Amino acid sequence: MRRQRHPPGDDPPVTPRPEGLPAPPAPQNPPGLLRTSKLVKVYRADGVTVEAVRGVDIELAIGEFVAIMGPSGSGKSTLLHVLGGLEPATSGEIWLRGQRVDRLSTAGWAVLRRQHIGFVFQFFNLLSNMTVADNVELPALLAGATPRQARKRREELLAELGIADKAGAAPARLSGGEQQRVALARALANEPSVLLADEPTGNLDSSNTRDVLRLLRRAHAGGQAILMVTHDARIASLADRVINLFDGMVADDAKIVPVSRTVNGVGDFLELRG
Amino acid sequence: MRLPLLALLAKEPAHGYELKLALEQTFGQAYPSPNIGQIYVTLKRLEQDGLVRSEDVEQTTRPNKRVYELTLAGRDALRAWVGAPCDGPRVRDEFFVKLILAPMAGLADRMELMNSQRRHYLGIMRNLTELQADADPADTPARLLIEGAILHLQADLDWLERCQEELV
Repeated sequence: MRRQRHPPGDDPPVTPRPEGLPAPPAPQNPPGLLRTSKLVKVYRADGVTVEAVRGVDIELAIGEFVAIMGPSGSGKSTLLHVLGGLEPATSGEIWLRGQRVDRLSTAGWAVLRRQHIGFVFQFFNLLSNMTVADNVELPALLAGATPRQARKRREELLAELGIADKAGAAPARLSGGEQQRVALARALANEPSVLLADEPTGNLDSSNTRDVLRLLRRAHAGGQAILMVTHDARIASLADRVINLFDGMVADDAKIVPVSRTVNGVGDFLELRG
Repeated sequence: MRLPLLALLAKEPAHGYELKLALEQTFGQAYPSPNIGQIYVTLKRLEQDGLVRSEDVEQTTRPNKRVYELTLAGRDALRAWVGAPCDGPRVRDEFFVKLILAPMAGLADRMELMNSQRRHYLGIMRNLTELQADADPADTPARLLIEGAILHLQADLDWLERCQEELV
């Protein structure tokens, strides 16, 4: 039996609301930032039909960090791509900041992403023929920031991520961990409403994973909403909630509750034998 | 507790409280602070088994203390322990047995069982990542043990996912 914790329904979108529409009923708590209703994504190619996402209802509150886990092929990445407008939904609804966005055109999505969505991928996807600094400044410039503003923001971010000295370098000259930090800086450059991350540590070793983990924890503490697909339970355990996707549907959706921790710390989890 | 005490005594003779301190210093945060009573009981048993011997050392301002040292038999036991491989992978078979049997008996739904177990693992993982963030960088044994626990737990979660793929 697959459980859907959030039954399909028409929860009201939250501010801002376009002029002229009736005021929505009082929002349920917590206020929704991103919400889907009966979201479906079907791929059809060469007479073969694959139902990758089969009626997903999820919700992300402002400032919330939600991890999506599940076996390979459960539809996690597809869901994230559809939520970011990288692929069109087949049916169902996507609401972002009170606006219905699933019917936007490609250009409409591009504008929305520039302003409200940051993306981080497993393989960094940096522009190889631009410097680190240009990679991070580009989204701000595209969104209409002045060169001075874009530079200031880039300097802040690179300093915060500990890679200020790499600003002039080409991405290819950086280690995987450094490239992922640049990708994170780029994704956060426009202070997006939501950061969508697809296996951001899937290609990193354990010490780089720890760095990315620390940065995400800090961004989240600063109020950044994050929706992340991951197999890495270390990162998932930092989330407020974990959604388990199975067979294109929500199998579980639960808050993470730390196990009560006592004074001996590590020793209580780990027993030496002998 | 027996073999760690023998190992410490192989270095130099010591009394019970010194052994407690030595364990704490060596393993730092990684070892649950050993109970002094348990150390004394263990030493007494090791002595009965002929692995250590002890003598009272007079102290001027305090009661006498009992100092323990390793015997030849103790050294052999220690060598055998050090030379033998330790147990292989730990499989959390209690949950697995529950997962297989409970649905057969109509006592639970497999997906529900897996969901609640996953939540529990993730709660433990939260503790471990917090411990890792707070760990003293100089306390290498503690850091390595936390990392080991994290890797084991990740394997448990991956295994749970495999169970989900095959059993549901």
